[in-house]
Amino acid sequence: MADQMENAAPADRMEDAAPILQLDHVSKRFGGLLAVDDVSFNVAKGEVFALIGPNGAGKTTLFNCITGIFSPTEGRLVFEGRDVAGHKPHDVAELGIARTFQNIRLFGYMSALDNVRVGQHVRMRAKLWDALLKTPKERREELRVTERARELLDFVGIGRHGDSYARNLAYGQQRRLEIARALATEPRLLLLDEPAAGFTPQEKVELMQLVEKILGQGITVFLIEHDMKVVMGASRRIAVLDHGEKIAEGTPDEIRNNRKVIEAYLGKSA
Amino acid sequence: MIRLRNVTRDRNQLVYLILIVGVLLFPVLAGFVSPGDSGNYLLGQAADAGVYVLLAIGLNVVVGFAGLLDLGYAAFFAIGAYTYALLASGQLNSSPLHHAIHLPFWILLFVAVIVAATAGVILGAPTLRLRGDYLAIVTLGFGEIVPKLFLNLSQWTSGVNGVSALDYPSLPIWIEGPWVGSSLSIVRGFSFAFNSMAYYWLMAILVLIVVILVSNLQRSRLGRAWGAVREDELAADAMGINTVTTKLLAFSIGAATSGFAGVFYGSKLSLVSPENFSFVVSVTILVMVVLGGMGNIPGVIVGALAIYYVLFNVLTNLPANAKGIANAVGLGFLNRPAAGGWPGLEQEVQRLNFLIFGLILISIMLLRPQGLLPSRVRKEELEKGVAE
Amino acid sequence: MSIALQRTRSIANGRLGSLLLLLALCVVLIVVGQRVLSGGLSFFIQILVFGLANGAIYGLVALGYTMVYGIIELINFAHGDLVTLGAFIGLAFFPIFGLVEGKDLGIIGVAALAAVFLIAMVLTGGINVLIERVAYRPLRNSPRLAPLITAVGMSFVLQGIMYLWKGAFQIHVPDILPGTRLPLGPGASVGVKDLIVIAIAVVLVIGLNLFIDRTRLGKAMRATAQDRDAAQLMGIDINRTIAATFFIGAVLAASAGMIRGLYFNTVNFSDGYQLGLFAFTAAVFGGIGNIQGAALGGLFIGLVKAYGDAYFSSAWTDVYVFAILILVLVFRPSGLLGMRVPEK
Repeated sequence: MADQMENAAPADRMEDAAPILQLDHVSKRFGGLLAVDDVSFNVAKGEVFALIGPNGAGKTTLFNCITGIFSPTEGRLVFEGRDVAGHKPHDVAELGIARTFQNIRLFGYMSALDNVRVGQHVRMRAKLWDALLKTPKERREELRVTERARELLDFVGIGRHGDSYARNLAYGQQRRLEIARALATEPRLLLLDEPAAGFTPQEKVELMQLVEKILGQGITVFLIEHDMKVVMGASRRIAVLDHGEKIAEGTPDEIRNNRKVIEAYLGKSA
Repeated sequence: MIRLRNVTRDRNQLVYLILIVGVLLFPVLAGFVSPGDSGNYLLGQAADAGVYVLLAIGLNVVVGFAGLLDLGYAAFFAIGAYTYALLASGQLNSSPLHHAIHLPFWILLFVAVIVAATAGVILGAPTLRLRGDYLAIVTLGFGEIVPKLFLNLSQWTSGVNGVSALDYPSLPIWIEGPWVGSSLSIVRGFSFAFNSMAYYWLMAILVLIVVILVSNLQRSRLGRAWGAVREDELAADAMGINTVTTKLLAFSIGAATSGFAGVFYGSKLSLVSPENFSFVVSVTILVMVVLGGMGNIPGVIVGALAIYYVLFNVLTNLPANAKGIANAVGLGFLNRPAAGGWPGLEQEVQRLNFLIFGLILISIMLLRPQGLLPSRVRKEELEKGVAE
Repeated sequence: MSIALQRTRSIANGRLGSLLLLLALCVVLIVVGQRVLSGGLSFFIQILVFGLANGAIYGLVALGYTMVYGIIELINFAHGDLVTLGAFIGLAFFPIFGLVEGKDLGIIGVAALAAVFLIAMVLTGGINVLIERVAYRPLRNSPRLAPLITAVGMSFVLQGIMYLWKGAFQIHVPDILPGTRLPLGPGASVGVKDLIVIAIAVVLVIGLNLFIDRTRLGKAMRATAQDRDAAQLMGIDINRTIAATFFIGAVLAASAGMIRGLYFNTVNFSDGYQLGLFAFTAAVFGGIGNIQGAALGGLFIGLVKAYGDAYFSSAWTDVYVFAILILVLVFRPSGLLGMRVPEK
């Protein structure tokens, strides 16, 4: 069946589109544990790509490798033609990859607005002296950034909560705020780590709409998700990870019918 | 900076307003409360308190803004003070250099800032990736090493005797008037020596400058980056903030501020010796910051003034005051040493000082763990950010 | 951040850093080696024993620091003062138990001394439990630095109480341990006292280790240190466990104070502050939260100080200690035995 998938080449096949991110035989080893085992795939520009797999399959580890939190033991991570493996997280963010976290990591004792403005940090140009002396240039930039931050809060649908401490927001609002903060870094590739975790069905629908909107801004979305409805509904293509290895890759339909994938999720007996 | 219409809405601005009025009125009050020389004494003490205000603001950048625990902050204070001491006195004449250097105060303000900031970078660059309390112990170690260096390098610093006879700041022009008991006139070649009024105003201006600069930083991208690093370093990194540089800047800006304070301190006291920069000084400054309200500049200023007042006014005068009160209410016999080891009330109260200070620290923290004037949701500030 | 210092890579990560460290080590070894050779082997051993005795005292104090830190992440600045307090309390019981200078200890004397140790340890422990109850427990969920400041305040309070009690003098502690010295070689000897100090410390550390490894309370402590909430869910009484930690820390501190008093025959109300500083350094040095690390760190600092004093200038000893500490932390950011905490 896997072969069949490789040769199917449906019309909306996106592998041929220019890849924004290429994973080239990436492995990550922690001591004796091979968390990511020789994984290769491409994320094409302008698509929604999903990474799924059972718990502990190495999905978040892979995200951490891409965003520089871990350095992969082997392999190349090519983002827009540049190998970013081993880059520091802040360098990766500056290059144009932003992310959210599985276990929300907002700046709790800062306002929602400030959280977003922190995201814009990397696109700001004010130097130390500008900040010390509040030069007109710095003031203009602050103004612009504040305005943009409000837009982003509106964009994710929490515009009214800009002045609350991030920790005081409701769970769903915190997830949205994390997305707004990530968007503030002006990424071209957005990594979402289980964005729908803990969401109600209604919120999941809204999330899928949000992902579409983000896509509409020309930002490629790469997400990890457990919820199959979200994955199948939102993504164009899917890769499946199990025990650190990629066991399948393809369109939602292909994945849904893939024997290996079904085995991985339900056990061999199924 | 202060707009009256907002005063009622913003507690911080109210505190600033009270502080500014207080600073303006204090010389008048000091002269009024105790005319003549002791008014000058109060002004001098206020200027000394200003040194601690500067130090507290500087440490607040490190601890309050960036969330880095610094237990050796006095080291940078020492570096600033010694920079002044060596470059504005006859000291280097008796050193291996055999040549005294007398740079003017105003230039050394900047030199010391640069030297202290550089020291901050030198300490910070290799150590700032340490986590939490490991960084605290490194700064503690640095705080122990620096005074020891000044103590041991005695051919340069005269060791335990310290560097004395430092130059006083001077100005080409100064105005004198009725406030110092003379008629209004312009003085040329004015020296600050023993002129508490001059030091007082100099300190007020220094504090004002530092408050403005640091407040500006707090409301800039750097201030937000500090907040992010304080809250969640990894997330900050992933959002594109170079955490090492950000922390390094907090460290060096904090150090720079204490360099400022050190120069003023040296010039006013005209004496700098290693024992003035011990661990106790670092802890005292930290207490000022935490007690005042970490991260909130007016809170930190109030904390510094309150602790300074308790330490150097209330507690130092307490024994004498206790004696006076005992005499006044007819308990004068308490003042005489008596059998059973009673050393007399004055002595006994003196012995109590440690205990009283400790109890004050504990009770304030228990009553207000977040400090006297904590930072709070910066709601109005945010709104203004858009309106401005 | 585009402001200055674009890339401050730690030299410690690179090969250059390791090379520099190795080079520095070689230089130090050569210099030290030269001094040691010129001083003779027996002198070297004499200093070794002296350093170990001192280090044993630091280690005992460091254990308290490390345990308290391990369980509630508090740098307990008042801990050093418990050492002095223990010595003061013990000293008050010396005359009652007939422990006076110039008398051979004998069996009864040893028993009396043990009793005094026990009393000082239990009382100091009780006081520390009380301190925890009053000054730290109410702040357990407050901003992290609040309990740090009450700890500083507590340090002042303890010093103030001792100052009121005995004044600012150096207080003589009766010299009741045997003053015999075992000859080592030309001009060098080892005091029986030193050996006694080391022996007591070793017994206490082994006892502590057994306690933490084997007993229910010890397990509760480890569990609480790992994850307080989870421990609570498993039915561990957190308050009791933390109180017990403070008790044991103070017991060790008091024993260190007694040993120190008997060893140096003098104690002052403010001794604890400097001692505490070095003990804390020892705890961090070994990897804070790590019991063996604290003992090791204490020994290390005792040895560095002893050799620094003996072979170089005592004026520079503190500088060596802290410089080595900083270097070690730069290259091993979690101390000698500390574990790297992996972060997600």
